[in-house]
Amino acid sequence: MSVLVYTESEQGKFKKTALEAASYAKAVADQMGTTVTAVAINANDTSELGNYGVDKVLKITNDDLASFNANAYASSIEQAAKQEDAKVVIVSSSADSKYIAPILAIGLNAGYASNVVDAPSSTTPFTVKRTAFTNKAFNMTTIDTDAKVVGVSKNAFGLVESNGNATTEDFSPSLPASGVKVESVDRATDKVTIADAEIVVSAGRGLKGPENWGMIEELADVLGAATACSKPVSDLGWRPHGEHVGQTGKPVASNLYIAIGISGAIQHLAGINASKVKVVINTDPEAPFFKAADYGIVGDAFEVVPTLIEKLKAFKAQNA
Amino acid sequence: MKILVCISHVPDTTSKINFTDGDTKFDTNGVQFVINPNDEFGLTRAMWFKEKQGANVTVVNVGGPETEPTLRKALAIGADAAIRVNTEAKDGFQVAKELANVVNEGGYDLVIAGRESIDYNGGMVPGMLAALTNANFVTNCISLEVDGTNATAMREIDGGKETVSTSLPLVIGGQKGLVEESDLRIPNMRGIMMARQKPLSVVEPVNASAETSSVKFEKPAPKGAVTLVDADNIDELISLLHNEAKVI
Ligand SMILES: Cc1cc2nc3c(=O)[nH]c(=O)nc-3n(C[C@H](O)[C@H](O)[C@H](O)COP(=O)(O)OP(=O)(O)OC[C@H]3O[C@@H](n4cnc5c(N)ncnc54)[C@H](O)[C@@H]3O)c2cc1C
Ligand SMILES: Nc1ncnc2c1ncn2[C@@H]1O[C@H](COP(=O)(O)O)[C@@H](O)[C@H]1O
Repeated sequence: MSVLVYTESEQGKFKKTALEAASYAKAVADQMGTTVTAVAINANDTSELGNYGVDKVLKITNDDLASFNANAYASSIEQAAKQEDAKVVIVSSSADSKYIAPILAIGLNAGYASNVVDAPSSTTPFTVKRTAFTNKAFNMTTIDTDAKVVGVSKNAFGLVESNGNATTEDFSPSLPASGVKVESVDRATDKVTIADAEIVVSAGRGLKGPENWGMIEELADVLGAATACSKPVSDLGWRPHGEHVGQTGKPVASNLYIAIGISGAIQHLAGINASKVKVVINTDPEAPFFKAADYGIVGDAFEVVPTLIEKLKAFKAQNA
Repeated sequence: MKILVCISHVPDTTSKINFTDGDTKFDTNGVQFVINPNDEFGLTRAMWFKEKQGANVTVVNVGGPETEPTLRKALAIGADAAIRVNTEAKDGFQVAKELANVVNEGGYDLVIAGRESIDYNGGMVPGMLAALTNANFVTNCISLEVDGTNATAMREIDGGKETVSTSLPLVIGGQKGLVEESDLRIPNMRGIMMARQKPLSVVEPVNASAETSSVKFEKPAPKGAVTLVDADNIDELISLLHNEAKVI
């Protein structure tokens, strides 16, 4: 009857969102008076999960799962849930986990709530708080089925450390035939991704042209941040599409979001609102972003950003 | 190739989000509804398959009569036929069940849905539909080519993209990239006239039940005012981010 959590890894290492999902699973298990079992696929060191409340790890090691496959992954998690008789399955909000979750929900005859931001307000009925209308509201949702799948939003519940010990068992699910095959993966491994970044540095049309992004990249570099941009910037081809954030682009839920030369249109804000702290740098004090931001500088990016880079370098050197 | 494009009918992105009936219902007063942006990209890609590969394109929505103008708009953009499943679904599962029935009845080769709708952002329907109809499934799809029964798709992953090969029957969760913003079409007069002649059939639901229920809505707590820092005083910003916000 344990709570099951799928702890996603990349190149053998658990993603931060996986540890958040484990922390969430622990909170649910405590409420239900049970334990947490994690499913890990091709992860190297599973003992780390004990620090986030996992009691037992079902460790799958299988070369056929080396490249991602939604059906095979969903089926593996489904088999684990059945073996453990788990009624509640927790997944994260990574691109892959969001891909898996609906397939898993059908496999388990489970109701599925995505984008959940808080521990259940009650477990009978099972009631969770999820974002709706692109972060403009929350919806309290009950999952009415016996089995339940919960997708936890990034950076919402957070990491909760506990000093447990996770035992590890090997688990060998049988894999279904799959009709989707990965041919190639194109991932910049040297860059921080928007999905995983603690800090995102984002710039808009105020930067005037692609040739001015050097300072944005440098600022991101100093902060260990990912770079992002507004929609017109990617539509104009100034930056790659993968950097477009907002309602129709990638969602951002970082700790710090720095918006430079971005007006703060509602569609932009909708996608980045889940970030904890927002800083705006804009020449126009009337720019709507100032209403959404925590900190703001009314000023010219071409003056403010170079100074900021310089001062941050000094700050980092001092606090290193 | 028979294509079904799933259209969700959502509040325009600039809509004020308010609730009524003790915060249990979305207040549609003064709200303009549009084709979900992700579905608009999918519909436009479907038009490409129609024009270049002779595909037949049907659009579908699960919803009440109020969604018909949205379906008519899709017809005006160029879809051949529209179906409305006459029920107000309570969750993504119920929608997926109804759509699965439409897919099974109509024998579609390719189903194009959006990666998520911008109202409830569930991101549930396409994956559930694929699982219910035993079709292949690719979500966050940013490019799609079909050659006979083989398909090649690209999907956005965290930090990059991935190319996959698959085959029909296929369900995709599409988004921007499937076509570019500049390829999106605004219905012209001729399209609007022609749309009036095209079939919009209303089918009764199979009465699938929902698995989740909405209890109530809440609005985020109002945000405090912005703290302005002088452009000449960047040290203060750094100090605030370090000591107050604790994010650097
Ligand atoms: C259906 C739909 C979906 C959309 N989805 C998205 C989305 O997902 N993401 C998104 O970003 N947008 C989206 N948009 C577009 C959105 O409405 C805005 O048009 C867009 O966000 C504006 O981008 P921007 O802020 O970069 O440009 P602008 O609005 O042109 O703003 C530029 C800003 O830069 C400031 N500026 C100028 N010079 C300087 C300087 N030297 N230093 C500092 N500041 C300067 C200006 O004061 C201005 O505020 C969507 C629109 C629609 C209709
Ligand atoms: N009521 C509906 N009718 C038709 N298609 C829908 C409906 N709801 C969702 N969809 C499709 O499923 C996609 C994802 O929606 P969702 O799972 O609600 O985020 C949308 O982009 C649509 O393509």
